[in-house]
Formats: sequence, C-alpha cells, structure tokens
Amino acid sequence: MSRAIRFAPLVLLLLLLAGLVWRLATPVDINVSSKLEGKPVPDFALPAMLPTKPALASANLATGKPRIVNIFASWCVPCITEVRVLKQLRDRGVSIDGIAIRDRSEDVAQFLGRNGDPYERIGSDAKSQVQIALGSSGVPESFIIDGRGVVRYQHIGPIELSDVPMILAKLEQAK
Amino acid sequence: MRWLVLVSMIVLAQPLLADSNLPPAYWADRQLPDPNQEAKAEALMEELRCLVCQGQSIADSDAELAGDMRDLVRRRIAAGEKPADIRNWLIQRYGTWISYKPTSEPAAWPLWLAPIALLLIGTLIIRRHIRIKVRN
Repeated sequence: MSRAIRFAPLVLLLLLLAGLVWRLATPVDINVSSKLEGKPVPDFALPAMLPTKPALASANLATGKPRIVNIFASWCVPCITEVRVLKQLRDRGVSIDGIAIRDRSEDVAQFLGRNGDPYERIGSDAKSQVQIALGSSGVPESFIIDGRGVVRYQHIGPIELSDVPMILAKLEQAK
Repeated sequence: MRWLVLVSMIVLAQPLLADSNLPPAYWADRQLPDPNQEAKAEALMEELRCLVCQGQSIADSDAELAGDMRDLVRRRIAAGEKPADIRNWLIQRYGTWISYKPTSEPAAWPLWLAPIALLLIGTLIIRRHIRIKVRN
C-alpha cells in the first residue's frame, strides 16, 4: 500500500467535517415555494368567514388590478404583527383579500377587532383545501394576483414593515 | 422543584399554540369503507411528504395540514381519481419535492446510476486484490 493512501481516511474525515460545518453555517432553505407563479389561480369558491363580510371565490380575484391574497389564521401568532402591516398597505390603496385557515367565525371577528381589519373579502378554508390548491404550506403566506387572475408572486412568512417597499414594487410590476 | 416542573410544562406545551381550534377533517383519520380504495389511498399517503414535518410522510405526520392532505387524498380516491393523477396534481403545486417516489428527471440520474457504479468499482477492487494475492 502506498504511503499517501494511508491518509485517505483522515482526508475523508476532514472533508466530511468541513461539509458539516459548512451546512451548519449556511442552512438550507426549508421553505417549499409554490409552483403556481405565472399560472392562473385555481378555481375555488369559499364560504364567507364572517356574516359581515363577503365570501371569496377565484372569480373575485381577476378584477383588472393587482391585489394581495393573504393566507392567515386567528390562531397564528406571526399573523398578529402582519395584519397591522397589511392595514398600512390597505391605507395606501392596496386591495387585500383573506383566506382564513381552519378558523371559527367568532375567533376571526375577535382577531380582527383587536388587530385591525385590512380585508375586503374573507373566505373560510376549514380544511386547508384552497391553501393546498395554491401550493401554500403554512400561515401566514401571501400571493400577489394580477388583474387577469394570474399568480405573480408568493411571499412565505409574514409581510414585515421592511417588506412594504418590495411588496409595493411587486404590485406595480403586476400591473 | 415544583416550579421547575410547572415552568417546563408551560414551555413544552408551546407547540400547541400553533394549532387551530377545529377538529381534524372527516377523512383525516378515518378509513374508507372500500378496502381496495383505502389500500390505494394508504399507498399514496406513504409516498407524499408532509409540508410541516418535512421528514415524514403525510401518513405518519400529526400536523393538521397533513390531516387535511389525507382527507384530500381519500376524498379524491373515493371519487374514482387515480393515485398517479392526485400525485401529479400535488407536484404541479409543490414540485417533485412533495413526492417521495424518485422521478426520472436528470437530477435523479445519479441515484439510479449509483448502484451500477458501485458494483463496477467493487468488481475492480476485488479483481486488483485477487491479482496481488496470486502474484504473492
């Protein structure tokens, strides 16, 4: 056996360690992004979540101007801060619809009463079926839909205050 | 000590906050009456990856979204849809990531070729080894 080959296990071990350290330092992106970007919103018609607010169907999304569909829930903690940012977007004239995942009418009413209500329509997705049809994997998530009802952008996780300029730019692009 | 137990109970119970107040979907944890259809649904659910607990199949996961996906799979199987069509419908939304079944995409070629390559390398090593033995 040649001398060099004796060090092969050591070299392999070091390579393995280097690989592990590298992966620890730069973790993989575990978000699963929707493949629907650039495709029309799948057909759906959800019942109204609140008696005081209209229901949401896919037909309501192709209105000639871009809008945000926000997937949220009253039981979702990051949604509390996000809904306040959405209110600011609403005040700037952005149209926002909500899809409430596995939620109850009284809980949503309380959630919006406490944190502000940015939504024009809210559909109740009690079995996450529209969420799955949209390729969304959690709450909160938002989709920018253009005037023809085509998905233009998916935002995974809450829209933070610092995301507002980016979201406004995406809405502008979707025009 | 009692405080420690109480505090740790509160801390450990945190994940419960991430769940909704609604009961599981009807077909999430219920078998289809037709054993043939149930077998098809089970086989498919074993091969679909949970979006929340990303190492588990939706058959194994306790996440609510996994339950809702099992409900979707069972409903569609009961309506006569083919498992391959349901899988493709999900792949159109989440990409091949959602399916555990290896595809024939170029990205998966090393996976298919690895056994052949390893067999060849093994044969070469054995051949070299035997030759050395014979010379000695």
